[in-house]
Amino acid sequence: MNAVDRLNVLKTYKLYVGGKFPRSESGRVYEVTDSKGKWLANAPLSSRKDARDAVVAARKAFGGWSGATAYNRGQVLYRVAEMLEGRRDQFVREVADAEGLSKSKAAAVVDATIDRWVWYAGWTDKIAQVVGGGNPVAGPFFNLSSPEPTGVVAVLAPQESSFLGLVSVLAPVIATGNTAVVVASEKSPLPALSLAEVLATSDVPGGVVNVLSGRTAEIAAPLAAHQDVNAIDLAGADEALAKELEIAAADNLKRVLRPQPVDYAETPGIGRLTAFLETKTVWHPTGSLGASGSSY
Amino acid sequence: MTMENVSSVFEYAPAPESRAIADIAPSYGLFIDGEFVEAADGKVFKTVSPSTEEVLSEIAQAGSEDVDRAVKAARRAFEKWSALPGAERAKYLFRIARIIQERSRELAVLETLDNGKPIKETRDADLPLVAAHFFYYAGWADKLDHAGYGANPRPLGVAGQVIPWNFPLLMLAWKIAPALATGNTVVLKPAETTPLSALFFADICRQAGLPKGVVNILPGYGDAGAALIAHPDVNKVAFTGSTAVGKEIARTVAGTRKKVTLELGGKGANIVFDDAPIDQAVEGIVNGIFFNQGQVCCAGSRLLVQESIQEELLESLKRRLSTLRLGDPLDKNTDIGAINSEEQLTRITSLVEQGEAEGAERWSPACELPESGYWFAPTLFTNVTQAHRIARDEIFGPVLSVLTFRTPDEAVAKANNTPYGLSAGIWTEKGSRILAVANKLRAGVVWSNTFNKFDPTSPFGGYKESGFGREGGRHGLEAYLAPSSPEGER
Amino acid sequence: MGPLGDSIEENPGLYSRYARRYARLVTMPSSALTAAHPLKDVASSDSALRRFLHGLPGVDAVGLEGRAASLGTRSIKTTAKAYAIDLAISMVDLTTLEGADTPGKVRALGAKAVKPDPTDRTTPATAAVCVYPDMVAVAKEAVAGSGVKVASVATAFPAGRAALDVKLADVRDAVAAGADEIDMVIDRGAFLSGRYVKVYDEITAVKEACGTSARLKVIFETGELSTYDNIRRASWLGMLAGADFIKTSTGKVAVNATPANTLLMLEAVRDFRDQTGIQVGVKPAGGIRTSKDAIKFLVLVNETAGEDWLDNHWFRFGASSLLNDLLMQRQKLATGRYSGPDYVTVD
Repeated sequence: MNAVDRLNVLKTYKLYVGGKFPRSESGRVYEVTDSKGKWLANAPLSSRKDARDAVVAARKAFGGWSGATAYNRGQVLYRVAEMLEGRRDQFVREVADAEGLSKSKAAAVVDATIDRWVWYAGWTDKIAQVVGGGNPVAGPFFNLSSPEPTGVVAVLAPQESSFLGLVSVLAPVIATGNTAVVVASEKSPLPALSLAEVLATSDVPGGVVNVLSGRTAEIAAPLAAHQDVNAIDLAGADEALAKELEIAAADNLKRVLRPQPVDYAETPGIGRLTAFLETKTVWHPTGSLGASGSSY
Repeated sequence: MTMENVSSVFEYAPAPESRAIADIAPSYGLFIDGEFVEAADGKVFKTVSPSTEEVLSEIAQAGSEDVDRAVKAARRAFEKWSALPGAERAKYLFRIARIIQERSRELAVLETLDNGKPIKETRDADLPLVAAHFFYYAGWADKLDHAGYGANPRPLGVAGQVIPWNFPLLMLAWKIAPALATGNTVVLKPAETTPLSALFFADICRQAGLPKGVVNILPGYGDAGAALIAHPDVNKVAFTGSTAVGKEIARTVAGTRKKVTLELGGKGANIVFDDAPIDQAVEGIVNGIFFNQGQVCCAGSRLLVQESIQEELLESLKRRLSTLRLGDPLDKNTDIGAINSEEQLTRITSLVEQGEAEGAERWSPACELPESGYWFAPTLFTNVTQAHRIARDEIFGPVLSVLTFRTPDEAVAKANNTPYGLSAGIWTEKGSRILAVANKLRAGVVWSNTFNKFDPTSPFGGYKESGFGREGGRHGLEAYLAPSSPEGER
Repeated sequence: MGPLGDSIEENPGLYSRYARRYARLVTMPSSALTAAHPLKDVASSDSALRRFLHGLPGVDAVGLEGRAASLGTRSIKTTAKAYAIDLAISMVDLTTLEGADTPGKVRALGAKAVKPDPTDRTTPATAAVCVYPDMVAVAKEAVAGSGVKVASVATAFPAGRAALDVKLADVRDAVAAGADEIDMVIDRGAFLSGRYVKVYDEITAVKEACGTSARLKVIFETGELSTYDNIRRASWLGMLAGADFIKTSTGKVAVNATPANTLLMLEAVRDFRDQTGIQVGVKPAGGIRTSKDAIKFLVLVNETAGEDWLDNHWFRFGASSLLNDLLMQRQKLATGRYSGPDYVTVD
């Protein structure tokens, strides 16, 4: 049979929740097209319940992931970059389709995305030294301020930059030990759903990243209001939605990262790492040794 | 005196600090643009001494028009103030720190009168920390490039700050010192029950020669605070107070560019293991819940004691509580002063009554309360479970709920089982246990083998519903700076 | 108005209520060494004693010192100050422990102890004079008929480095010469090397040598024990072995009585009585020179062990220059003007 005539095998895109690939519990899908309107795939149209399941999975994974050594997290994230490199062609195709880019431009985006994983992989065991440290308190005490992950972070991925933007907002969240519920770009969810397949094969424990596709506003509302979500990155929300979600997020005082213009091609600062970190300061008495004759 | 008298009780004679040192005027205005002015609508309110209910002064009450005036003044002052070389701003703050040290006795007496807390605390804790905070942030003003927020970080603009009544001048220092060091200007609203020290601070700004409009003080009620936070020309909101109001503020600023830090309530767990240094643990428990009559956001209001030593610890604790001296806050030997307001006393009383109604066992040492003023005896609840309201709600009073645990895991689980996450304490002689438990506690400050220690170099602030952002230390600068990173402000 | 009521007379306050509650528990005489208290067995072997002493709660140095400093800020004024000064005078073990001590010096000291302020007969006498064993007879004569006790250091004071029989002979000499109280030093070397039973046995042997006529004060030399944990263990060791008093120091090393180590020992006697019913006294010694210091120690007693210890049967100051400062302060309270060193006696 001639290769040209071969009917290719299409992928059924699924959600990624708790390390598994379920369909939406609602049974709904929506049509995803390329920039010219050509059908690419049906993506799951996530429901409120999918969002809830994803939060449960993220919470369950938080203890293990935040408790892993920073070195271990760095290795796992680097492994993601390795796996991405192996699937480079697939992502170039998906990004080109999703964002209407030429093959070479899409390749540049994918390369930058892989490099961004590597960049954040290297941060896992450095951020604590950069933003934490000992404080010279005026008294017989030693205290140490250390950053700790905030917890479960809902991430509304950027709508336009379906892959580089996605990774730029997701990687810093999990690099610091948070777990994430990601709402993929509404229009271009396929790179995000494929990324899930990479994560599933890269030693990232199930539940650390959960990927939902569908209507951003529909999925984000229950996430913003969810009392067991600790923070929300509104990168993928427009102004009106962002305000609405920020108001909902106030109910349990979520940390909110508001949408702002970002050039994802540029090397990021550490703002997205620190946005979802808490600072814990632990005090210890010191006392003194020796001369007082009555110490320690 | 003869030997016969020597066999009598060693009761301390009254040792009152002289109140004459704090010269309180019969009335005060709002401090806007370097001047004391009346409120636009002419409203005034009275501030009383909670220990006697004596009216101390009559204070102009800010309304939304005054808020607008003050924000405009701060905006006008911002251009020059933010353009000053950091070294010059630093010198103003150093001056303020020094004047506070010079006037600390006066300010301590004033604070004790207006707030009701013991002079021992204002003298030995509040005022030294206030001066230290200004001194610390003064030094940052010309070193911001090295603070880790990018090169040449910029101030945000006008900071609207709302502070509570429990540490009036210290909370002012926590707000104003970093704001000014980073080049912002300030409109600050003190609590309606404790406006005086902020107004005296206005006078310190005058003595320091601070340019007019850089600091504006608006005594008033919640409506003034709400107007300040909602004001469109405010760039930064900083609030310390209740979680309920904090949530309201978070909703108010939603969809704006205002940067927000919130330092809110807590229900701190003080965890005592069976190998704790017991005598020091008892002191730490007492300090944790009775410092400032328990009106402390980071109070150790839940005592989690390992079941095997519960009896022994409670006996020691009760014995220690029996030595607490409650009374005239100006007496240098007073340990427990007055509750700040009738409203707060009502809240404490109601929660304590609920605790009893829910079946917890209430205990207080024999303790006579003064006739006038707002007082509540040091109180301890045993037979408390996680389900009781007194184990969940912030009481903000001298009331300790005692719960037990069996294993470190259970202690951590119970400590974290709250929407709050501000403070926690760990008492054990085992170093590795301190580190392991501290690591698992979801709280912004963890004191091991000590409690309620504060220092201007150390970041302070909460997890979860205890708020966000940190005050103090290098971390405290972030709330007042727009980093020049490619990702812009956050 | 005071924090707790209108006046001392009308409202004795919390302290006394607390103290009375505990006083009911206590009826033990000072010669409790023969009583079979519940902890008697813990010294049955080195390992048992070690397990017991090392099982005592630890001491956090910063917390202990913080508490002592905080009590040091108590403001003792007017009537309370007058009371405290007289109480402090009555608690002084007026001490001379010099190689150059002579009968003349000791006689002068005895006279001072009996009548500290010759110009004011209302001044209480001190609790005791404290001398070397060879001066006991002289001291005894000097305070005869006054009620002032004679205390003698013994057991190869201050180093304690002698054979047990030598130490016991030292004690017997002093007792035979009429000493009412024996201030012994423990073998710090034995303690620091973990030979707790040796220390224990020495104390019990000395206690026996004291017989029924002399009360035993056990000096730990806290400055050499170095850690607060050691001081707590030594306190319990001493009390278990039958000490009538536990005492901080010889006055012969760099660090002697401090508010913190005294607070720690007060906690120990408080807890010991709670567990055994036996009350033991405390004597900080060395380095307490001013009335202000002495009053701070009395506040420690008042708020830690309680009123039951506010009596010279249960609390002493080992001091020499302290007395004159107390007398000057007493004169100041009486006359309203500051006194000077020319108005108290040099002895």
